[in-house]
Amino acid sequence: MQSQDKLESMREAMDEWERTTLRGALDAWPERYDEFVTTSGEPVKRLFTPDDVAGLDYQRDLGFPGQYPFTRGVHPTMYRGRLWTMRMFAGFGSAEETNERYKYLLAHGETGLSVAFDFPTLYGYDTDHPLAEGEFGKCGVAVSSLADMEILFDGIPVDRITTSMTINGPAAVIWAMYIAAAERRGIPMDALGGTIQNDILKEYIAQKSWLLPPEPSMRLIVDTFEFGSQYLPKWNTISISGYHIREAGSTAAQELAFTLADGLTYVQAAVDRGLDVDTFAPRLSFFFNAHNDLFEEIAKYRAARRIWAREMKERFKARNPRSWWLRFHTQTAGCSLTAQQPENNIVRTTIQALAAVLGGTQSLHTNSMDEALALPSELAARVALRTQQVIAHESGVTNSIDPLAGSYFLESLTNRLEEQAYQYFAKIDAIGGVVPALEQGFFQREIAASAYRYQREIDDHRRVVVGVNEYQMDEPLSIPLLRMDPEGERRQRERLARVRRERDNELLQRRLQALRAAAQGTENLMPYILDAVRANGTLGEVCDVLREVFGEYREPVII
Amino acid sequence: MAQDKIRVLIAKPGLDGHDRGAKVVARALRDAGMEVIYTGLRQTPEMIAEAALQEDVDMVGLSILSGAHMTLVPRVVNLLRAHGLSDVLVFVGGIIPDEDVPELLKIGVTGIYGPGAPLDDIVRDIQREVAAH
Amino acid sequence: MTEAPQRSDTSSPGIAELVMHTLAGDRRAIARLISLMERGGGEARRALAQLYPHTGQAHTVGVTGAPGTGKSTLVNAMAKVYRRQGLSVGIVAVDPTSPFSGGAILGDRIRMRDLATDPHIFIRSMATRGSLGGLARSTVDAVRVLDAAGYPVILVETVGAGQDEVDIARAAHTTVVLQMPASGDDIQAIKAGILEVADIIVVNKSDLPGAENAVAALQAMLDLNSTHAELHHGQLVRVEGPATDAIARPGAWRPPVLQTCAIRDDGVKELVAAIDRHWKHQRASGMKEQREREQVAEELRRILRYALLQHVLHQIPRQGLEDTVERIVARQEDPYSAADRLIAQAGLALDRH
Repeated sequence: MQSQDKLESMREAMDEWERTTLRGALDAWPERYDEFVTTSGEPVKRLFTPDDVAGLDYQRDLGFPGQYPFTRGVHPTMYRGRLWTMRMFAGFGSAEETNERYKYLLAHGETGLSVAFDFPTLYGYDTDHPLAEGEFGKCGVAVSSLADMEILFDGIPVDRITTSMTINGPAAVIWAMYIAAAERRGIPMDALGGTIQNDILKEYIAQKSWLLPPEPSMRLIVDTFEFGSQYLPKWNTISISGYHIREAGSTAAQELAFTLADGLTYVQAAVDRGLDVDTFAPRLSFFFNAHNDLFEEIAKYRAARRIWAREMKERFKARNPRSWWLRFHTQTAGCSLTAQQPENNIVRTTIQALAAVLGGTQSLHTNSMDEALALPSELAARVALRTQQVIAHESGVTNSIDPLAGSYFLESLTNRLEEQAYQYFAKIDAIGGVVPALEQGFFQREIAASAYRYQREIDDHRRVVVGVNEYQMDEPLSIPLLRMDPEGERRQRERLARVRRERDNELLQRRLQALRAAAQGTENLMPYILDAVRANGTLGEVCDVLREVFGEYREPVII
Repeated sequence: MAQDKIRVLIAKPGLDGHDRGAKVVARALRDAGMEVIYTGLRQTPEMIAEAALQEDVDMVGLSILSGAHMTLVPRVVNLLRAHGLSDVLVFVGGIIPDEDVPELLKIGVTGIYGPGAPLDDIVRDIQREVAAH
Repeated sequence: MTEAPQRSDTSSPGIAELVMHTLAGDRRAIARLISLMERGGGEARRALAQLYPHTGQAHTVGVTGAPGTGKSTLVNAMAKVYRRQGLSVGIVAVDPTSPFSGGAILGDRIRMRDLATDPHIFIRSMATRGSLGGLARSTVDAVRVLDAAGYPVILVETVGAGQDEVDIARAAHTTVVLQMPASGDDIQAIKAGILEVADIIVVNKSDLPGAENAVAALQAMLDLNSTHAELHHGQLVRVEGPATDAIARPGAWRPPVLQTCAIRDDGVKELVAAIDRHWKHQRASGMKEQREREQVAEELRRILRYALLQHVLHQIPRQGLEDTVERIVARQEDPYSAADRLIAQAGLALDRH
């Protein structure tokens, strides 16, 4: 931020440099590409100078950590006070096997739990549902009953450790099971800390594990906000996600814009219901991807904080500063990992994790080197965890807050991403909002186009992926298999059958009927879901009632 | 079979919702002049075989990243046979561990494309296989 | 025919066998015969010749509208209604071929999950393959195959943009045109051409705001519309005057404007009932035969045009054609004289009036 005179003189000097020094270098040695672009395809200039940040006002645009607009971080001391939570996403097979993995990771220094569920569970089907055939435990743990949930957290102090659960369509039901399982151990609701992902909008856009159509899904989500604000003050009732949108192939700007647009939609829905924004907004959280392009990713996180703070303060008139905070979890980009030479993935994950840390994430999952191909082995998961620990303790980047602030390049990128996000907001508004836009396929089309463009860049060698289209080796592509206990499925099915046999089925039917009636009305459904779960209703049984009342979602034709 | 245009069915069987790859392949095949019948997510093997029959396709492409391929792929192949569609070729994309590859090839899958498989390879293979049959 | 389908191994059958199996309702044969029609050529024409006497029973319903109006979802819902009435349904879903690559992505089946394993439903996705209207050249032939195979109702779903609505009206007995509630103030985006060809107008996605306005606007446009078709002395005639007078005139059909919310199955039963009423009206008033005559005449002209053009082009060596183009560009010959010369070269004598 320099005075006009100095800027003028610098511009002249730069012109001179371009005409002489630079020209000479280019003539002797042309640059490697005609155009340099970020991972998202955004052109990047050769050089950034004070000119690029001439309009930057430190206090207006950057401010101080823990203060509006939070560009530099949501907490005043950031990692000097407390490191990010090292939270490794894990889950496979039966509850017993996953419980062991959780204990392993905790013993090795992870500081929070993160649950991956299998596909049937993600869709609200019990293990013995016909559509679940062949899918048990393959990409996460199977939880069909309260008994499974109890085994999953057996021996783990859920009143002292926070748990994040990646569950969306049936989030309310799984959350109820978590609460009820803790209850049975004498742990009260208000002691529980954690997160349910519970972000249905991005399911329609990207991850595709939906349950119900948009309207009833939104109703259920606002029910969880309300219930959480009353009974679980330490619980994040939603993790508004961009990770999956990025994994589906979007650019950084799209990830940023679509995620925040989703977030604003949820806030609006809750406000429309009559909730005071300050009662639930402090417990909204976010989930971003950390992709390869170091600077673009850091800029993305900083732009996200600034945009969210502004929107919450000015659009929704939130008064509690905690309502203005954008707190987020990050996962390194699964889609960037290669099957070829998997050890290279350790390097990719490291750079991506670094971006997340330099971007001020509150919580981080680092992918294992084999994670794109199969469930991670113990060794691979440990290396991934160590990656975070080395960054935290050996790299020095945690010594000072938002250390890259003021970089001409970074601040320009931050501004540019913010600009692009607002352009997308305008487009979405013109269509009528997030829900009409996703029904029309706006997001899906944008994402599919970006994904295709990216793949073509790789196939045409305009983008290098080490080991895949350059520096290849003659290697048999080795996709390892994490051996799961085949008895796990049998045991779980037996448990499921036993639960159904031994519970008070009349009581359950009454509770399910009560849920059905409430679903047809306008009451908050969480208490009814909890009651059904306490009576040992299975995931499939409770979800069936919801499916019955609200119908199932039909995806639009977008390719 | 429609000889002048290659018709390919792209389906995602089972519960796996990750359709980025399937959509990218669908676009690539379209750009190569093929007609792609894209059925969307959550297809049962019955739905896939029925669609292959009605659309008279040359090839069926299955995208599976969930690990359930050893259940789903043989079911589809068997149903195709039962419908009298033994001449319809099947290729698989997604995450297929090495150990499972021989078995899939044995039941008649003509191509298995893991992560990083160039789109042009898939296109060329399909063109070659359809011409040969 | 609503019998259960038969499975047969129809690998490399002769044309007669293929047609025979199709008439018996064999689904593999139907699929292969439609493919044959798409390929065109001598075999396709032979097959059609054998097939044609068995066509003419089905009620063909065209469903068209701009992208995003929910055609596939509506077709899905309509088929379910027909099924509940015990009728089997053939569905032809047409999507555009990419002009750059010649390929296409056909995604209409995504919206028709409910019907996917019903043995009394046959869904075929077709690409326009260079045809400029909303239909592929062989869509009409695909419909004939399904007709001959015994499907009493055939729904043809097409992309509606530009002239396409008119295209579908040439192929269907009943044309249903879809609109969506307008966002903002582009009710005037309703093209006048629609009102000429629509037998039934449907405002879909009636749960969205603006549905009532859209219905009212369409009714108003129908009232103002200056031409509609009537039967006068056995001839189909375009008549000036608002359609409201139609009640007094026999043979006139005023398109109803209906509301549906296809994704919830709302209003679809009423739509099917209206389609049925139209069908009965067409037959009672003689319009059905008259329209069919017009369609046949149009198709005959089209086939003749194409055949004659092919004949002429075949008689001229490729170089001859290119040379002619060069001569015209160089102003050594004008296009009409050149054409006359080529036609004469092809051995056809033209009588100029």
